[in-house]
Parts: sequence; C-alpha cells; structure tokens
Amino acid sequence: MSQKSKKVVCHISLKDGVLDPQGVTIRNALAQLGFDDVVEVRSGKVFELTFKPEVTNDVRAKSEEICRRVLANPVIETFGVEES
Amino acid sequence: MKFGVVTFPGSNCDYDSYMVIKDQLKKDVEFIWHKDSDVSGLDCIILPGGFSYGDYLRTGAIARYSPVMGSVIEYANNGGLVIGICNGFQILLECGLLPGAMLRNRSLQFICKHVYLRCDNNETPFSNRLNVGDVLKIPIAHTDGNYYWYQADLEELECNRQIVFRYCTATGEVTDKANPNGSVNNIAGICNKTRNVFGMMPHPERASEALLGSADGLGIFQSIVAYAASGVTA
Repeated sequence: MSQKSKKVVCHISLKDGVLDPQGVTIRNALAQLGFDDVVEVRSGKVFELTFKPEVTNDVRAKSEEICRRVLANPVIETFGVEES
Repeated sequence: MKFGVVTFPGSNCDYDSYMVIKDQLKKDVEFIWHKDSDVSGLDCIILPGGFSYGDYLRTGAIARYSPVMGSVIEYANNGGLVIGICNGFQILLECGLLPGAMLRNRSLQFICKHVYLRCDNNETPFSNRLNVGDVLKIPIAHTDGNYYWYQADLEELECNRQIVFRYCTATGEVTDKANPNGSVNNIAGICNKTRNVFGMMPHPERASEALLGSADGLGIFQSIVAYAASGVTA
C-alpha cells in the first residue's frame, strides 16, 4: 500500500509593529466598500509543502527549518507550521 | 586594482556597473557568474541591481543562497570590499552581511526617478572622496526599498556612523517629504561596522556620466579606487 504524502502549511506573517503598507491599503479599500468595522488588516503569505511519500518523520522540524532559513525573513516576519 | 561584478539570473545593472568601472574609471573588471564560486584576485565585488531569480518570495531571498554568495560572504568576512546596489543591497540584507530588512515602498508603487542623497559619513571606503553634507543626485528604481530596522538597533547604527547616505531635499535637508519610500531615518545607504560592506538603494552606476543626467554617482566608485590605492585594509 502506498503511503500518502505529508503536507505542511506554512503561515508567514509580519511581526507586530512592522509597517504593512499592503495591509493598510487593503483596510482602506475595505472601509470604502462599507466594511468599516474592520480596524486593521495584516497581510502575510501561505506556502503548502508536499513531502516525498516515504518521508514520515521530522516533517514539522524540517518545515520549521525551511521557514527559518528561506520562507520567512526573521528580521521582519514570524511563521507557524501546520501539518494537514 | 580589479573589480568583479556578480551576474545573477535577473540582474539588469551588471553591464552598467561594468561599463562605469571599465570606461569611466579605466580599471580592470570581470563578470562573476552566480554559479561560480571563485572570487580570488578581486579588490572589490559589486552586487548589481536587478530582479535576481525574479525576486520571488522576497527581494534577494533566493539569490543569497546561490553558489557565489558563499564565496562573497567569506570574502567580506575576511575584510574584502563588497558594494550592493539596489537588488544587491537587498541581497546583503537577506544574507545578514548588513543589518535590517526591506519592506514594500509605503506608496506600494515602483518608483523610478532621480532623488537627492546627503552624505553623512565620508570615512568609509565607499565615500572617502565626498564631503559630509554633499548632496548627490542619483536615481532610484525599486518597489521594495523601504528600509526597516528595530528602533533600538537604529540608535546603534547611528552611533556607529553606519548610515552613509540619507534621502534629502535638493538643498540637503532630511525631511519626510524627501523620503521616497518610507525608509526609517531616511536611510538610503548603510555600511557594516567594519566599513568593508556597503549597500545603497539608489543607482550610482546610472549616474556616473553627465550624458546620463548626473555624474554624482562616480564619486562612490572613485572612493573605492582611492581606498584600494591607499593600501589600507578595512
């Protein structure tokens, strides 16, 4: 029986306090559309990693290392990983 | 003296830099392909502007792991001179040779225009031919040039006099209106503590002969030559 590939979703978001010009612009657009109960929008990125079917161990640790080294810039961003 | 200009896939100012060194400074210069790792025999490495690897993910984020960068980092850590222009500056931030990070311009727009820069430190290998307070007219061309660094660390950057250039008015006043992209403290160019690594968002290689509208950028390249000729290491 073939093993199902593990998938991990990585969420990258800007650290608190880091200016987010995209978020500000989106919030202003929402207000214009009448969604004026939204006070703040923070933008981010989502990456879905699919591992080789034979990889079953350390998927979380590997994903965290990928986030730390590549997907996120630790100066301005934080990340979270979620196994699906 | 010999310069090396790194070419990443997506670099588009490598030839501009090459031509300035060859035609204006009359110095030796060679291209270094991003897959090469030999940087021996060079007195200064230029990381040029462009959109390395399409700037996917973040500006400079992929380029900083290219084979050549391992050698550039080692070269810099041994005191070698490295200048990063625009995308080159972004790569230097991503790989940690310079502190901070780039955010999207506060206008969210790609900005391509001449701006004014004030020299705030002329005791670096990249600015020794300038005077403090000199105002240079040099173009910018970027979407992600909004320099960010933590408030507490900014004070350290200021104390160490690592801020070499700031965006200013034509008369040298550092104002918010003269800040094209939202960079903290109007920062346009910084160096590391040991002064041998320098990055700036504006393009001095596009302003190194009068025919191009300004020759104010040439002083930066002349500074590097003067520094190398002095025989002092950073």
